[in-house]
Amino acid sequence: MLNAFVPLLLDSLANAALIFFAAVGLTLVFSVLKILNVAHGSLYSIGGYLAASMCLFIASHHLDPHLSFVALLFSAVLVAVVLGPLIEFSLIRWISGKSEAIQILVTFGLFLILEDLQRIIFGVQSYYEDTPMRLLGTTTLGDVVYLNYQLLLIGMALAVVIGLRFLLRSTRLGRLMTAVVADREMALAIGINTDRIFLIAFSLGVFLAALGGALSTPTSGIAPGLGADTMVLAFAVAAIGGLGQIEGAALASLIVGAARVIAIYVAPELDAVAPYAVMLIVLLIRPYGLLGTVNIRKV
Amino acid sequence: MSSPAILRASDLHVSFAGVKAADGVNIEVNSGEFVAVIGPNGSGKTTLLNICTGYVKPQSGSVQLDGRDITGLSPRAIARLGVARAFQIPQLFSDQRVIDNVMLALAARHGIWDGFRPLDTPARREQARELLALIGLADNAERVSSTLPEGHRKLLDIAIALALRPRLLLLDEPTSGVSALERFPLMEAVMGAVRQRGITALFVEHDMDVVARYADRVFVWNNGKIMASGTPTDVFNHAEVLKSVVGVA
Amino acid sequence: MRYKLAALALFALAALPVAVPWLQFVLTIAIAKGFAALGVAVLLRAGLISIGHAMFFAASAYGVAFLSRAGINDLGAMLLLAVLFAALMGLLVGAFLVRYRAIFFAMLNLAISMVFYALCAKLYGITGGTDGMGISIPTIFGMTPAESTFKSILFYLALALMVIVGLALQLYLDSPLGRALSAVHTNEIRLEYLGVSVWSVLLIAYMISAALAGLGGVIAGFAVGRVVPDFAFWTASGHLVLIAVLGGIGGVAGAFIGAVFLELLHSMAVTVTDAWNLIVGVALIVVIMFLPSGFYGLLKRQKAPSL
Repeated sequence: MLNAFVPLLLDSLANAALIFFAAVGLTLVFSVLKILNVAHGSLYSIGGYLAASMCLFIASHHLDPHLSFVALLFSAVLVAVVLGPLIEFSLIRWISGKSEAIQILVTFGLFLILEDLQRIIFGVQSYYEDTPMRLLGTTTLGDVVYLNYQLLLIGMALAVVIGLRFLLRSTRLGRLMTAVVADREMALAIGINTDRIFLIAFSLGVFLAALGGALSTPTSGIAPGLGADTMVLAFAVAAIGGLGQIEGAALASLIVGAARVIAIYVAPELDAVAPYAVMLIVLLIRPYGLLGTVNIRKV
Repeated sequence: MSSPAILRASDLHVSFAGVKAADGVNIEVNSGEFVAVIGPNGSGKTTLLNICTGYVKPQSGSVQLDGRDITGLSPRAIARLGVARAFQIPQLFSDQRVIDNVMLALAARHGIWDGFRPLDTPARREQARELLALIGLADNAERVSSTLPEGHRKLLDIAIALALRPRLLLLDEPTSGVSALERFPLMEAVMGAVRQRGITALFVEHDMDVVARYADRVFVWNNGKIMASGTPTDVFNHAEVLKSVVGVA
Repeated sequence: MRYKLAALALFALAALPVAVPWLQFVLTIAIAKGFAALGVAVLLRAGLISIGHAMFFAASAYGVAFLSRAGINDLGAMLLLAVLFAALMGLLVGAFLVRYRAIFFAMLNLAISMVFYALCAKLYGITGGTDGMGISIPTIFGMTPAESTFKSILFYLALALMVIVGLALQLYLDSPLGRALSAVHTNEIRLEYLGVSVWSVLLIAYMISAALAGLGGVIAGFAVGRVVPDFAFWTASGHLVLIAVLGGIGGVAGAFIGAVFLELLHSMAVTVTDAWNLIVGVALIVVIMFLPSGFYGLLKRQKAPSL
């Protein structure tokens, strides 16, 4: 029995970890900037494409394979540092405070732009470079073989949860962010540079998404359409957990990760439907998500 | 013996965040009366209206309309039973013209479904004009309602409520935000319309002159309880009321 | 004067394929998308943006394919049944969806349409997977026309429907139910206090918008001769949104004008580049930046006032 359960558990948790990376950035940006970025999923896939490209480059030039780990992290940082401010300055700042309709339409337009750009730059074939996963190898407990990479994913997701908690509660930046979340006007009134906070929060969200995308490539590769799939999944998870709630996103990721894995074992064609079935059920009972409040004020 | 009470609130209890907004409130309004509720600012008078119109559910107690229990019904259901509400901050369809606001309310009275007939029919327009004339907004019929001055916005808000042809009209501080000069003309127009149509009215009010002039009976609300009730003369001569509500030592 | 202009435009549209035959297909598709964009525009009146409406477009096209398999081949019957199917789907989806507003509404529409797409693409045994299903020439009053004849009949039928359905829709938008839509956007609470069920008003609008998209899907399905999962893909929904936003100022006619414009643009752009989605995305942002503030007041509107 244990032989069946533990791999299932690990699969669920690893799945949940990747989903969490996608969702937490979305929910963080919503919490601080009060904007739901419809293009968020594209940042996940751009991170993935960049990471896969770098890993392929490393492999084809016979460089030290361990560099691929660096590549994963580096691509996420690159995306965050370049696209974060670029998007924030050009579009997000402009739509902040405007009507929700404008926010939806502009970020949706951005979504179309980013998805096509990816297709133009990276092409339509799928990329697959599993060096990081192979390098970490496997562990054998009893007669079951586990991928250490999965443990890495879970570990990193946990690190993000703890890191964000620490950031928001114990650092100056975090407390400034919390203030902006709680009452933007008051924060402005007492002299907090809200523009800077928005920029940092948005870039952090981009980083987390891109990191998720990068980390996902060694396991499942990357192909066109990942951006869109990730977007709706991230939204579903964020909605289940309550928009703006980081702990909610973590909880929701666990639930959705488990649901997906169960679906794969039970009815494989329907594994895409599982997260949305969960979302439907949760929203019917609690329209604002598990930990959501009507005035989403907490981070 | 059946009483002519059109609205009866019995033993209402409601708390928000640990504060008792209503603590055993009893109020009845008889058919054809104009009843005022007065009390200090922030004492929760609007909560009474919110409960009577279904926006807030009391923790205990009941509200009855013509003897029928309406506690817990939605604002929509209560509106359909003939109770219309006007708001402290005028709730308009502000991008529409004055006459459009009224026509929409007139159509809503019949359940908004009118087949493929347009909203703007000669018959409905005529009805709307009548109502606007009654309340003194006829000259502004074609103005976009967001461009109206505050007093006229209040009148329109009340006109929308009147378009429902209610039995009972609940007014939340009809003269608040209205300049002292405009107060009486506004009340004259509203009360004229209300009297003409035989509507019963319950209004929350701040201006004692308005209350003295128009109310048949007054309930004094203080700290979530009804402190006193009676005719305006009785109530304004009541020592406690004078001290805590009217502010005379 | 306006009517003369409209009649002239209509005549020009009808005569165009006679002069330039290859335009007939493009214009048929344009009208089909115009219907779907009109559906999006109806919801836009209530301040709701559906970025997943292509699923109704696809659903009715699949409906036509299934009807044909089931032995129903009469054009009239297929049209009616497929549109009803889309409306029914709109009822089921809308009953849940119209409880939501703004971004939630938009994203839920997107999510459901993506699930629909995924199911169409994966269930190879039922839907033919990514290959899709063929749609053969239907019978009209018992006779099966030749393909080129049928395509012409389809075009003129689409034109006729555009006028008839367009007029009917205008009646709806001018009726209390239709006017209540923008009232929902401005002051939903007041509407409830007037005894109006906002949920019902929105659900009816959603069903109508789904039926419109469905009508477009039937026409497109017949014009292409095939339905594929891509009909439901989110980028297709995006194109519909752009048309709705472009044509929005022009009401019912605006949606079709926008659709024709965009489809012509598309057929020209495709010869030079394949970055059509990029262009649509940029166009969407640019149009919003420069749109006059009067567009249904939608883009200028702030949150509804509180009590």
